[in-house]
Amino acid sequence: MRAAAQNNFPRRVQVALGNETLQRALGRARAGFQDKRRRAVGQVAEFERMRRAAKEIKNHTLTHLDFYLEKFADAVRANGGQVHWARTAGEARDIVVGICGAGGKKIAKGKTMVAEEIELNPALEKAGHEVTETDLGEYIVQLAGEAPSHIIAPAVHKTRGEVLELFARHHGAKKRGGDTAAIVAEARQVLREKFTGADIGITGANFLIAETGASVLVTNEGNGDLCSCLPPVHIVTAAIEKVLPTLEDLALFLRLLGRSATGQEISNYTTLYAGAKREGDADGPREFHLVLLDNGRSAMLGGEFRDMLRCIRCGACLNHCPVYGSIGGHAYDAVYSGPMGAVLTPLSAGLRVARDLPNACTLNGRCREVCPVDIPLPDLLRKHRMREFEQKLGGARGRLALVLWAFFALRPRLYQAAAGALLYLLKKTAGRRGALRKFPLAGGWTQSRDLPVPEGKTFLRRWARGER
Amino acid sequence: MTAESKPGVGLFVTCLADLFRPTVAFAAARLLRAAGCTVTVPPAQSCCGQPAYNSGDARGARRIAKRVVEVFSPYDFTVAPSGSCAAIIREHYPALLGDDPGLREKSQRLARRTYELTTFLADVRNFTAVDAAFNCTATYHDSCAGLRECGIHRQPRRLLQQVRGLTLREMADSDVCCGFGGTFCVKYPDISARMAGDKAHAIAQSGADAVLGGDLGCLLNIAGRIKRGGGGARVFHVAEVLAGMKGAAIGEGEGEGGGAK
Repeated sequence: MRAAAQNNFPRRVQVALGNETLQRALGRARAGFQDKRRRAVGQVAEFERMRRAAKEIKNHTLTHLDFYLEKFADAVRANGGQVHWARTAGEARDIVVGICGAGGKKIAKGKTMVAEEIELNPALEKAGHEVTETDLGEYIVQLAGEAPSHIIAPAVHKTRGEVLELFARHHGAKKRGGDTAAIVAEARQVLREKFTGADIGITGANFLIAETGASVLVTNEGNGDLCSCLPPVHIVTAAIEKVLPTLEDLALFLRLLGRSATGQEISNYTTLYAGAKREGDADGPREFHLVLLDNGRSAMLGGEFRDMLRCIRCGACLNHCPVYGSIGGHAYDAVYSGPMGAVLTPLSAGLRVARDLPNACTLNGRCREVCPVDIPLPDLLRKHRMREFEQKLGGARGRLALVLWAFFALRPRLYQAAAGALLYLLKKTAGRRGALRKFPLAGGWTQSRDLPVPEGKTFLRRWARGER
Repeated sequence: MTAESKPGVGLFVTCLADLFRPTVAFAAARLLRAAGCTVTVPPAQSCCGQPAYNSGDARGARRIAKRVVEVFSPYDFTVAPSGSCAAIIREHYPALLGDDPGLREKSQRLARRTYELTTFLADVRNFTAVDAAFNCTATYHDSCAGLRECGIHRQPRRLLQQVRGLTLREMADSDVCCGFGGTFCVKYPDISARMAGDKAHAIAQSGADAVLGGDLGCLLNIAGRIKRGGGGARVFHVAEVLAGMKGAAIGEGEGEGGGAK
């Protein structure tokens, strides 16, 4: 299980930092995402107002989540769809596997993080079905036998060279051009057959509209639409916090999502699925299923991590996080990575196994700054640290250092005496040098940077002696 | 101006300035006096509680915060030569002490009257009498807490424009974290080193011969990284430059010193 491996975070960090291909891919992606968002947000004078409005709508919806979910479910049924409630990941898996029925089905899947969360693909394959991911990034990581490393750009860690190699291995060694257009054309060729031959289509949903029962899907490739319209059965997997009251609310969120995620005014394809094909409709699925996943979310509603339920999975916090930008998504070894993942993973996997994630953050606040629904991510990460401290999950040495620091900080005279001794020692070691390459117990600092040497006596001592 | 009309400032020295670089606090005191304030340095101070707070030790942080509120309440203003210490007092003390009926209002009052040095000089005192010279091309690192919690960006730049001989040249990503992050830098030294390396690279690319900032934590980190082989820029706290008190740069030994004078 992934959770068990969480304890190896420092090791995974080292691997990621030492992986030159990954570093090249991350560097390119980081710059691209940030520039595009900056430009797109800059074009909207009222962006801050939109953010505040979105936050209020989400807060309102969460306060009345039971009401809006019921309303949404009723509307889905009225449109001829079937609604399934799943308390846990296991229940959701069973429901989907149940709908798919006897093995041997061909399943075309659009990008859905909820399916990742419930580990749907292995369950479907175990039931004897053939699952094909149809989002290009998801398709690439599926071929590679990997998990997505970013919630909106699953293969962001891969370079073009790596993709070409994968395609050569899986599609046969055709003569191929090396540019992006050729990669896309090749994938399109392969995937087209998967769409037309699929018995079942599975997609996620970016939003659920309570007033109409629509599931809203946003993509840039249009693959979601082919998954939902061509196969006779369409299954949507979505989490309960995705619901919005009205279509008018949706308009606001679409403007925020595209700009925050990829710096687009709006994504290429925005589709509202209203249910199964009705009499007289030209196309659409024969059966329409909506699987609504809780998986710990309703428990978050009443707790100190409630703000996290506003998240619309845009990925802006990942794109602007200097830690994510340094190590990439796989180092988190969890479904969700970056700042939002560092808040969510300890809640799902447990703080004990995932305790590195909320700590591996400088609390620089850039994630909150770019969050389209103003989630106080640094505060939430700090809350995890407080729980960790209360439960004594951290290392004993760090804990002792903190206790000692607080002890001295509350006793200024003792503090000054201890500081004086430490400064004397540092100064003595340094001589005329201005920085040290090594100092006892400072290995964390000096392994990659020098330790600047203090001036000498403390300010408070010098000030007390009349120096100005 | 009569003595009575001078606002009284309690100087919050910050532990890093107290321990590593007293010049920063002397410079802050000099600037505050030049801006028409009387400056007091309460001797019963040490730390703002940030290491405890950000490491999850809420109880320790609360006890330290309580002490700071008591020690600094008597002054008209509390000023710190650090955006992150000011941010803790301004943005987090009221929440930390909100459950304590005896301290709730006091902490809110202190929060409203606490400023980072350059914002206090530029925004509150409208200080335009900078008397300093530094012949160099300087670039400015925006420390995260100061930038995002105290809104510090234009204030230090506005003040630095008054320094004779100094030209400001922005680096790429001046608002991106340098990888210090308090205890983060020793808990996750590999990630921290990468971020500090990126920062040193951006500084070197800017072509500036000095890098300035308002938070010693970041500056010690940046200077330490540059010393280990990340370019030749000299590192100073903005207060030292504004007060005309720059001697050896951070991490520079006796007799060392670059071309920028």
